[in-house]
Amino acid sequence: MSDHKSGPTNVLIVGVGGQGVIMVSKVLAQLCQNHGYEVKQSEVHGMAKRGGGVFSHVRFGPKVWSPTIPEGEADILVALEWAEGLRWINFMKPETGTFIADCQRIVPPFACRNRGRGAEATYAPQTPEEIIEQVHAGYAIDATSMAANLGNSKAANTILLGALSTALDFPVEDWLDVIKGFVPPASVDINMLAFQEGRDWAQAGEKRIDETAKGLHQTHDTIRHNQIETTVEITADWCKGCDICVKMCPERCLRLNDKLIAELALPDLCTGCRMCEWLCPDFAISITNTPILEPAE
Amino acid sequence: MNSVMTAPRQEETVSSKSRPLTGNEAIARGVWEAGVKVAAAYPGTPSTEIMENVARYPVEDIHAQWSTNEKTSLDVAIGASFSGVRAFAAMKHVGLNVAADALMSFSYIGVNGGLVIVVCDDPGIHSSQNEQDTRVFARFAQVPVLEPSDGQEALEFTRVAFDMSEEFDTPVIVRSTTRLSHTRSAVKLGTRRAPDSKGFIERPHKNVMIPAHARMQHPEVLNRVSKISEAMNSSPLNRVDKGDSKLGIITSGISYTYVKECLPDASVLKLGASFPLPETLIREFCASVDQVLVVEELEPVIEDALRIMGLKVEGKAYFPRVGEFSPEVLRAGFAKAGVMKAKPTEAAFEFAPMVRPPVLCAGCPHTSCFMALRALDTRVAGDIGCYTLAVVEPLKSMDTCVSMGSSIANAVGMAKSGVETKPIVATIGDSTFLHSGIPPLIDAVYNNANITVFLLDNHITAMTGGQDHPGTGKTLRGEDTSRINFLELVKALGVKWARVVDSYDMASMQQQLREAIDFKGVSVVISNRPCVLDPVKIKGPAMAVDQDTCIACQSCMNLGCPALTWSDEWYEGRHKVKIDLEACIGCSLCAQLCTSDSIVPATVQP
Repeated sequence: MSDHKSGPTNVLIVGVGGQGVIMVSKVLAQLCQNHGYEVKQSEVHGMAKRGGGVFSHVRFGPKVWSPTIPEGEADILVALEWAEGLRWINFMKPETGTFIADCQRIVPPFACRNRGRGAEATYAPQTPEEIIEQVHAGYAIDATSMAANLGNSKAANTILLGALSTALDFPVEDWLDVIKGFVPPASVDINMLAFQEGRDWAQAGEKRIDETAKGLHQTHDTIRHNQIETTVEITADWCKGCDICVKMCPERCLRLNDKLIAELALPDLCTGCRMCEWLCPDFAISITNTPILEPAE
Repeated sequence: MNSVMTAPRQEETVSSKSRPLTGNEAIARGVWEAGVKVAAAYPGTPSTEIMENVARYPVEDIHAQWSTNEKTSLDVAIGASFSGVRAFAAMKHVGLNVAADALMSFSYIGVNGGLVIVVCDDPGIHSSQNEQDTRVFARFAQVPVLEPSDGQEALEFTRVAFDMSEEFDTPVIVRSTTRLSHTRSAVKLGTRRAPDSKGFIERPHKNVMIPAHARMQHPEVLNRVSKISEAMNSSPLNRVDKGDSKLGIITSGISYTYVKECLPDASVLKLGASFPLPETLIREFCASVDQVLVVEELEPVIEDALRIMGLKVEGKAYFPRVGEFSPEVLRAGFAKAGVMKAKPTEAAFEFAPMVRPPVLCAGCPHTSCFMALRALDTRVAGDIGCYTLAVVEPLKSMDTCVSMGSSIANAVGMAKSGVETKPIVATIGDSTFLHSGIPPLIDAVYNNANITVFLLDNHITAMTGGQDHPGTGKTLRGEDTSRINFLELVKALGVKWARVVDSYDMASMQQQLREAIDFKGVSVVISNRPCVLDPVKIKGPAMAVDQDTCIACQSCMNLGCPALTWSDEWYEGRHKVKIDLEACIGCSLCAQLCTSDSIVPATVQP
């Protein structure tokens, strides 16, 4: 726990819209207020909740001015999703910051845009090992799986609160009291268990990586999938310009030319999926996927 | 009535009760405590929660309503003020543009019952189309603008604004910003004090703005501003934090908290109102310090005014005119001004963060609409709503987006230009259509424009978090009311081709849209499925991808659905697809697009 005399304690809570960032920060803010601190909790609403990144700043102490945490001054960073944690990692105090992140990945559709052969999703490539090694105190916890094992995947946030509780000086009973007020009555028991599980897990060391997280996020062996060359042959005499291939091409790389004959307009985008070949009612399209045995130097 | 200028900052009626409230919740509390009788708003981030919270107070105390647009909401409030009760309207910064017509005249008229408008600016453009500064508007309308800096002030300034409105016979703007509206802090609550209604006062020279009356009122307006300016010199709304006399900082609103964070020892003149300014107080403050810096987000409103007063100050030379302030931004500015040491900027970790833009939700009924528009190669004039997210890959089918209700008239202009070769389609949501889409649709019919209007009806005001509107059949307080029938409405306006389509039927969607485009003249296609988040979260049986038969063609990935992602399996160098069972709501659009019939309900998967 950081020294309050030198200013407020700063906890930054981040995640993806819909995960419960606001709930986690409300619990913490309520707890701090119950303990007589001045608290400011700042969040974003609106567009951001549609699956985009979400953050909430919680600052507490004898006096708090700015509602946002200055960059490099967060005592604790709690990430409900791995890559969101990395996005904000420079907001942590470099020497003394604590990093608590769920190691589960939420890979957005935007990350799956590179359709090139063998291309990986553009997800953060940093492994938990690399990150945890470099921070003062760090936890890559598989809260999502732990919660699922308890029988309620929504309790992942409470597991993270349990881990967070080890980095702050509030009595366990006070945490549990506040959490009870924020979860549905039917799930109080499971959340109490979840809190304790998260707390126990984090208490086992200053740096810890969940077994399931080890080796995650390593880049794939892309060469294996690159060894195919595609050629698209369109027999103009057979094409009647029905437009089916153009409309159905997943990469939208075909078009009808001036004479209303199909042509490959954007060959770089073609992945050789054969959709056009299969759908052409006139057998005018032929795709050849040739394996390249010797990878080019 | 307690004079604003002598009222103590904390009144004796304030109980020791304090609650964690967001700025918006505190404003709503202030509205209730001020005894407001009529409150109206159109939702808009970051102001939306104000009216939602006003509606939590007893209906006997206050009438709270959603209006069809911001101008309507202000006109409703003005009507209540004419009747002698306190009245309130809330809107986002660009909403004030819509309400401006009423505001500019009402500034001449003045109030009977006190009238306050809360306008929430969005520095940094978190969820808007620009970052205009409402303080410029206030000056333009010659209306005072108060700027609270935290939740407590949000409540108190709102309450005081009503007293001020009545004391000086003027509408008053309280300006919040995204950061203040959405920051939660402990706020001490007061009690409600409802003034008696004065009833309507028949005085046409003041209530009816014909040229002869307006000419008489304009000098009154200027006179009013001088009086307020004078009174502001001794108002507790403005205050000086005495500190180091080497450096004086003049600031307002949320910027004050950043100033105190960075330079706790500097002398600070905190202006509670940035228009009109307290000239004597400012001159005294400037004389008491060696150097003066003005710290204000967005436009140099205060700085310019001080320069006109002949004072030597600096501001925008060091602090940006664009974007949201933060302690980091201020530190950099103070360092540039030489009053603070620059912070070393070496980051502990150096890597580019992953891009994660907001996306349409899994099962969003807008998805199929834009899939169809892209497939039909249309020129799409867009509008304001969640569907603006269709501007990026993979839907990538929106060509323009200007302001609320612009789409239809933009499409008319494109059609009349005579040079557009693609079919022209205007896309507009149900709430936006009711806000300001009806007059342009009449315009299109009247001028026989060859366009297709795609009315994306998801039965809610979705982007702001699910607010009711005249098309939902519910009021702000959840009471049943008449419900707009969009098909009948557009037919009544003279549209000859209008049909309703199911957003979850991809084939029908394409077919109907193609027919609508082929129709010469104005055609209207109404997509008809509720938002998956509001008013109830929709969750059907999830779909799953059979990994044995998926040929990784990526057709489904073109939906941009957040429940779809790449699996660890490959087919000819392409990723197969998997579905997040928690996120999938079972809309089946991906299954309709699947070329190998690999997407089936998860329950029938082996």
